[in-house]
Amino acid sequence: MSTLDPPPTGPAAFEADTPTSRGRALSVETQWMLAVRDQRDRQAFASLFDHFAPRLKGFVIRSGLPAAQAEEVVQDVMLTLWHKAAQFDPHRAQVSAWIYQIARNRQIDLMRRGNRPVPEELAEDPEAEPDASQILALEQEAQHLKSALRRLKDEQRDVIEKAYLGELSHQQISDQTGLPLGTIKSRIRLGLNRLRHELKDLKP
Amino acid sequence: MSVTHHHIPDSMLAAYAAGNLPHAFSVVVATHVSMCAISRAALGAHQAVGGAVLETQDAVPVSEGLKCDLLARLDDPIDLPAAPAPRDGIYPGPVVEALKGRAPKWKRLGMGVCQDILFADKEGSLRLLYIPPEQAVPDHGHNGLEMTLVLQGSFSDETGQFGVGDVEIADESLEHTPIADPGEPCICLAATDAPLRFRALTPRLLQPLFRI
Repeated sequence: MSTLDPPPTGPAAFEADTPTSRGRALSVETQWMLAVRDQRDRQAFASLFDHFAPRLKGFVIRSGLPAAQAEEVVQDVMLTLWHKAAQFDPHRAQVSAWIYQIARNRQIDLMRRGNRPVPEELAEDPEAEPDASQILALEQEAQHLKSALRRLKDEQRDVIEKAYLGELSHQQISDQTGLPLGTIKSRIRLGLNRLRHELKDLKP
Repeated sequence: MSVTHHHIPDSMLAAYAAGNLPHAFSVVVATHVSMCAISRAALGAHQAVGGAVLETQDAVPVSEGLKCDLLARLDDPIDLPAAPAPRDGIYPGPVVEALKGRAPKWKRLGMGVCQDILFADKEGSLRLLYIPPEQAVPDHGHNGLEMTLVLQGSFSDETGQFGVGDVEIADESLEHTPIADPGEPCICLAATDAPLRFRALTPRLLQPLFRI
């Protein structure tokens, strides 16, 4: 597992003063992504590739693309990640959530042959100091979410996966009353409160 | 950011994140999220679930050489989707994009009510509606599901009051007569998943107006 790999070494801003809270440090994925964003660190990019590309390929194949085309999407997504790294904000999104949305957008653009509508971007305060506790709280939430997903029964996890792979309509998702969505709903809500706190002062 | 009271339901946000919402509805969701911090956070939560699904997928090995190939291409320019358009007056970025940069072209429907159809295909349609104060919102024949997002002013119906940023979601079962509140004209973005019926449109639109 690449999560056991050491984080990249080098003069990364976040490493000189790795934010910790109650003895926890940022996940290696986040550290790699910040090194890509702030230092254009190719080694960190390679590490992100090693971790995400095979999962992304599995994800894209599951959503219906043949293997060869799936690799094209993987390439596109990883290149987009490199070129749009400046937009990555660990206070608001996990690396995996960010890659998920890039991947879905890419697949929809391929299918529709046009850009899908996306919300306005929020203006960042360039002077704002990174808030380690906020980033860690979000990471912790994402960890809980992953373990909650892994604990689900197979058929329950299958429904969740189908929903987020774009195989269910909003009506079908809404008809899944209670069960799988309900299981992760409390987690969503917890994450929601944190995000809401984070977003309330930002304006588009 | 304005305080909105009527949000997009979770099932729609999840379908939007996953990219499985009809185009017209997607524009409404992207517009609402641009106007409402609570829904932006909720969308973020759904993206986090999507990220967790991605991370818990079984890894499928990628071709040998894919990584080297990619690393060699990092400096090449690529075609990235254009950055989302900024807001223009009362129109949030996604509406500006749906208008393709032009100003709304209002077509009269009678009683001072106007519309501008921004998009229509077999999956549904998207339009801007302009309703003078205290006029009824025309029944544009929702055979399926309809989302109405307020961009300016407000309207009220049997289910409550809808101000800027609020979304009303109605299906065939909802019998309602939305009426623009006094004050500013009400401008809405409306999407439906039923195909447009151009020929039947005018009489259907006028029908509820004569009932006032």
